[in-house]
Amino acid sequence: MPVNYSGKIEDFFSTLRILDEQGHIVDQQKKPEMTNDQLRELMRRMVYTRIWDQRALSLNRQGRLGFYAPVSGQEASMVASEFAMDKGDWLLPSYRDIPQLVWHGLPLYKAFLYSRGHFEGGKYPVELNAVMPQIIIGAQATQTTGIALGLKKRRKSQIAFCYFGDGATSQGDFYEAMNFAGVYKAPAVFICQNNRFAISVPVEKQTAAQTLAQKAVAAGIRGIQADGLDPLAVYAAAKEARDHALAGNGPTLIETLTYRYGPHTMAGDDPTRYRTDELTNEWEKRDPLIRFRLYLEKQGIWSREDEEQASAQAKDDVAKALKQADGVPKQKVTDLLGNMFEKPTQNVQEQIEKYGAREGDQR
Amino acid sequence: MTQMTMIQAITDAMRTELRNDENVLVFGEDVAKNGGVFRATEGLYDEFGEERVFDTPLAESGIGGLALGLALQNYRPVMEIQFFGFVFEAMDSVASQLARLRYRSGGNYHAPVTIRSPFGGGVRTPELHADNLEGLFAQCPGLKVVIPSNPYDAKGLLIAAIRDNDPVIFLEHMKLYRSFREEVPEEAYTVEIGKANIVREGKDVSIITYGAMVRTALKAAEQLSKEGIECELIDLRTISPLDTETIADSIKKTNRAVVVQEAQKQAGISAQVIAEINDRVLLHLDAPVGRVAAPDSVFPFAAAEDVWLPNERDIIDQVKETLNF
Repeated sequence: MPVNYSGKIEDFFSTLRILDEQGHIVDQQKKPEMTNDQLRELMRRMVYTRIWDQRALSLNRQGRLGFYAPVSGQEASMVASEFAMDKGDWLLPSYRDIPQLVWHGLPLYKAFLYSRGHFEGGKYPVELNAVMPQIIIGAQATQTTGIALGLKKRRKSQIAFCYFGDGATSQGDFYEAMNFAGVYKAPAVFICQNNRFAISVPVEKQTAAQTLAQKAVAAGIRGIQADGLDPLAVYAAAKEARDHALAGNGPTLIETLTYRYGPHTMAGDDPTRYRTDELTNEWEKRDPLIRFRLYLEKQGIWSREDEEQASAQAKDDVAKALKQADGVPKQKVTDLLGNMFEKPTQNVQEQIEKYGAREGDQR
Repeated sequence: MTQMTMIQAITDAMRTELRNDENVLVFGEDVAKNGGVFRATEGLYDEFGEERVFDTPLAESGIGGLALGLALQNYRPVMEIQFFGFVFEAMDSVASQLARLRYRSGGNYHAPVTIRSPFGGGVRTPELHADNLEGLFAQCPGLKVVIPSNPYDAKGLLIAAIRDNDPVIFLEHMKLYRSFREEVPEEAYTVEIGKANIVREGKDVSIITYGAMVRTALKAAEQLSKEGIECELIDLRTISPLDTETIADSIKKTNRAVVVQEAQKQAGISAQVIAEINDRVLLHLDAPVGRVAAPDSVFPFAAAEDVWLPNERDIIDQVKETLNF
């Protein structure tokens, strides 16, 4: 059935918030049903992700990692939405969405290999339903619709989750994906993480629309805006969108209002050129880890020890993953050529022989 | 055996594979009830239904993304780009996404996607419908580009493309759709992708071409035969990868070559063919390789095509020039 929007845009796209900055529940009715173990696990993952991000930045500065897009500030938006996914659901991330990939089952050392540009970093375990991080802004959205339509045709109880940023909503692919998914009622969840800047361009210069969530209206699908620093709101929105799709009602666009504390990527971006420290400080006060920690401590289900344990685990795992990545053999030109076609074409075969002979000499 | 036009052979290939493999899906703009703007998918929606043969919204990039996603659910998509002049809208989804899937996943994922599209000049389409853009795709690693010149090859090559586990661009020259009929077997068969066909044997010069220019070159060869010049005519059938062996063997015999393409001259397939000839059989040549191509203007439309497209006369003149070097 078509989604019914009548009334004011603001009424439909007011921000879903469940947990305020002091860790108080402000919307008891919308509070998702989660066990204490689930709440603790979500907090553990967010802490782990923050520590891992800090380690990744420092490894990048040491030249031990390659391409890396920082995630601090976006932990609730990333980790809590992935938390709503089923193991069998498909994940289509952008290049920043490495945490979701890891929590969905990508071994950490593979994420590091991807960062370094090693093809083994894109060779996923068979049980992991995910597509490699997308570089072209918005391209993963149309692929998500294809996967979702395939899941529907196969009558599977799985959903395709797609992640992109605020900048992607200016792309044709973003709209094409939602529009196709709406027409086919494909079981997809599109998550737009609005961190306010597409590299340097503020969201106000991407669109004249009041919200990004309302762009769902044009495609005739569900749209919802959530406080992206509130893990409970993000989880509730993602869970509801998943249930909606699973029930055969089609896709949802979720806009999460969030912020990245760091630069766009570690390849020379300087955020002081386009945003003020005051703005960043203001967002840091709403930090997702702080408010979730306060909430869990009040419930008596999170302690300093838990925090230290999660942090130590992250550091330990990063060290191990780095060692494992270092141990993967260097790639050869013949590996690259060998992954072009099922059976090498004549030109590729000739080049495999040529480079193979040279690689043989080097041994 | 029945007599079929090329478009009937193309429909027959899709019907054959839709019957053979339940994972084959056919989709694009107007392909369902309407049977495609050229009727290439005529009757398929009625036989296989909405689940297998379906319309898409009007957005080429979305169609390419849809194909990639469906491929990841183990379908074998046959997507149509309504006219190849529209393919720039899908350039990212085809050249940057489908073509790279196997490589990016370290060989774990693949895209058994066939991208069908009508192209080619001489049928007076509106602007940006007919452009010969095959060279752009031949330059994309991870794609194969197939261009049949007759109904028999069209069916066999299209079945081979659909069964291929990598993306194949299958270009259908509009002028050939209904221009002639020939015997086409009713059963399934394949024509190997990457293998050229020697259409006519000859000892004096090798003419190497593909698509609609095969017919034009054949007429030129028949004309030249009356003057005692015997041309060997090679139909490439696949322009990426090139069948360099067949090309080289022919030149070892004739020692002279003329490469013909309907597309503009600059950076086209003929340039690649000539480079391969130089790499492999340069010392067998008695003359520089001749080239017939369209001028480097934008692809004209409607009546302007008549003065622009390479023709029989251009080929005859070039063959004589190459022989008299």
